Amino acid sequence: MSVSREELAPNAFGSRLLALTRPGPAAWQNTVATAVGVVVALLLSSALIAATGGSPAASVQALFQGSVADGTAWTTTLLYTAPLLLVAVGACVSARSGVFNIGQEGQVLVGALFAAWVGLRLAVTGPLLLVAMLLTAALAAGAWAGLSSLMYRFRGVNIVVSTLLMTFVAQQLVAFAVNTPWLLQESRVGDAVVSPQSNPLPVSGRLGSFGEYPDLQVNGGLLLALVGAVVVAVVVARTRWGFRLTMLGLNPLAAKHAGVRVNALGGAALAISGAFAGLAGAVLLASPVGVNRLQPGIAMNIGWDGLLVALVARNRPLLAVPVALLFGVLRSGGGFLAATGVPPFLVDVVKALLVLAFVAPPVVTAVIRRRRAGARTARAERRPAPVAEEVAL
Amino acid sequence: MSAADDISTILSSGIRLTVPLAFAACGEYLAERAGAMNISVEAMMLGAAFGSIATASATGSATTGLLVGVLIGLLIGFVHGNLSHRLEINTFVVGLVLNALVLGLTSYLITVSTFDSHQVAQVSVPWLRDIPLIGHPLFVERWPVYLLLVIIPLTWWLVERSRWGLELRAVGEQPQAADVTGIRVNLRRRQALLWCGALAGLGGAYLAVGEVGSFNQNMTAGRGYIVIAAVIFGAWRLGRTLLGCALFGLADAMRLALPALGLTLNSQLLVVAPYLLALLAMLLFATRHREPRALGQPFERGST
Repeated sequence: MSVSREELAPNAFGSRLLALTRPGPAAWQNTVATAVGVVVALLLSSALIAATGGSPAASVQALFQGSVADGTAWTTTLLYTAPLLLVAVGACVSARSGVFNIGQEGQVLVGALFAAWVGLRLAVTGPLLLVAMLLTAALAAGAWAGLSSLMYRFRGVNIVVSTLLMTFVAQQLVAFAVNTPWLLQESRVGDAVVSPQSNPLPVSGRLGSFGEYPDLQVNGGLLLALVGAVVVAVVVARTRWGFRLTMLGLNPLAAKHAGVRVNALGGAALAISGAFAGLAGAVLLASPVGVNRLQPGIAMNIGWDGLLVALVARNRPLLAVPVALLFGVLRSGGGFLAATGVPPFLVDVVKALLVLAFVAPPVVTAVIRRRRAGARTARAERRPAPVAEEVAL
Repeated sequence: MSAADDISTILSSGIRLTVPLAFAACGEYLAERAGAMNISVEAMMLGAAFGSIATASATGSATTGLLVGVLIGLLIGFVHGNLSHRLEINTFVVGLVLNALVLGLTSYLITVSTFDSHQVAQVSVPWLRDIPLIGHPLFVERWPVYLLLVIIPLTWWLVERSRWGLELRAVGEQPQAADVTGIRVNLRRRQALLWCGALAGLGGAYLAVGEVGSFNQNMTAGRGYIVIAAVIFGAWRLGRTLLGCALFGLADAMRLALPALGLTLNSQLLVVAPYLLALLAMLLFATRHREPRALGQPFERGST
């Protein structure tokens, strides 16, 4: 799974460009700093558990049992991993082009909304329904993210801010849909009270599992996510389009002068990242992680977490696979924490601290290097200039 | 019950929902004028709300709780400032992480502990409270509300009239030029975030020990984002930002009051109104260039 950049680089020029992002001489510093950060994050989390009267060892064991101890636990873990990975892969695409999309949570919701609409309203049966759902979800969420790109293109609206605000719009859009009988609210049966949720999806609109072992089920969503990760990794590293994308991210001005259509490419990257988030929404809806109904809480913070996965993976789609798995482990293990008396919110704390441990080191080492270089130049400037005297002689 | 009573009730609940937003908006407004875009304002409010109730419960004094809330806001502002304007980690990343961290931490801590209910004292202004319609909503309030009378002019004076504020605005518009004239850009931004942290903390603490008297999980429920929407809606002017807060507070009050009044208005529309209005404001006023030009952009010496 770890395909090195050299193997993926398309040609000499490409590999030289990618070398800019390849681990440099400071790589070992980064690794050490990251390791220290992770240890500190885990120690802080343990201290939190201990301070509130819990047992860190028991918590670790519960996390382990709930996530990877047996087939059932693995099934849950992988069910969470799939949408997380999809969101993260999309986030990698936009972040690589220098466009920072933080509206994944809303894009996941839009994807789920449209997938539910197609799944419940389209008179198609068989696998075609599932395909239609996934495609609609990707298109709708891609268009939703594309709106932010249009707002930037024509009115100069900051993309980060607009994607953030659109998240809250999407939340209310879903709430509206499941509260409105003529949209997606469940149909009334007799005198039963209707809840704000949609009808359950038909069986043909649900993602099946493949490779069924005694307890372990690997859901189709995971396959989709893995294929997505590999495709994006290859496209980004090996195609002309991916090359332009990386160039745009590294230096937009240079990219513009080299003939890259900056707005079109950035907009496409944003739309693609939205489309992946939308796919994640459809997968959440169609896989047994939920109840196969559209509910206002269906996104379960997968959008926010997927973004964090991409940050930890430093925007590398293949690196996002193990990171998404780790986040999936934390999610499924979190459900088992309650039995030890430790609130499941612990995993949110651990996640945030871990992200900090992974995000901070490269930035910090870069700043330190620059400061040192700056200090050297300053020292050099204070010395008298011997060269000039020699010339004068 | 008359229509006047209904209006008075909605007005007074609208004011109560506006006040926390207004405190935090004063802070966020100042930070954004300095070019520091911190979505961690949500974390500041939530952390302060928790801290104030925990302290009030431990010491028995709601006022101490309020102060500790301000301190927690300051602390989060300090952390955000150092991470994004000293170590130069992307400010949105820092904001996301801080929001997730504080939400997780407060949810965790409120689950393992119980706190007594505490509220700061109520002030009732004689005579003025008897004014029909607006008297009761405006002049019978918890005392921190009246801090706004000091903080709003002070924020305005700091930004528009003080030398520090002039430097802040320079840092928000043209950090390179500001740097050349000897202003320490990142220091100013860190200071702006401290002001933002203190005020967002005050807003969050007021929400907890002023209005509700207790803390529940994810108590602020996205109010920090509404504050950001208000600053955008206000096109980075203090008066209009506060107008936005009042509008969004009233919309929230309407949403809560509608069922009791027997009116049917789409509640989702009222919830989403702040965000839609902020987006619309950005779309409509984009050409007027009201936005600080370096908003959300990191400053690094020697780069262009």
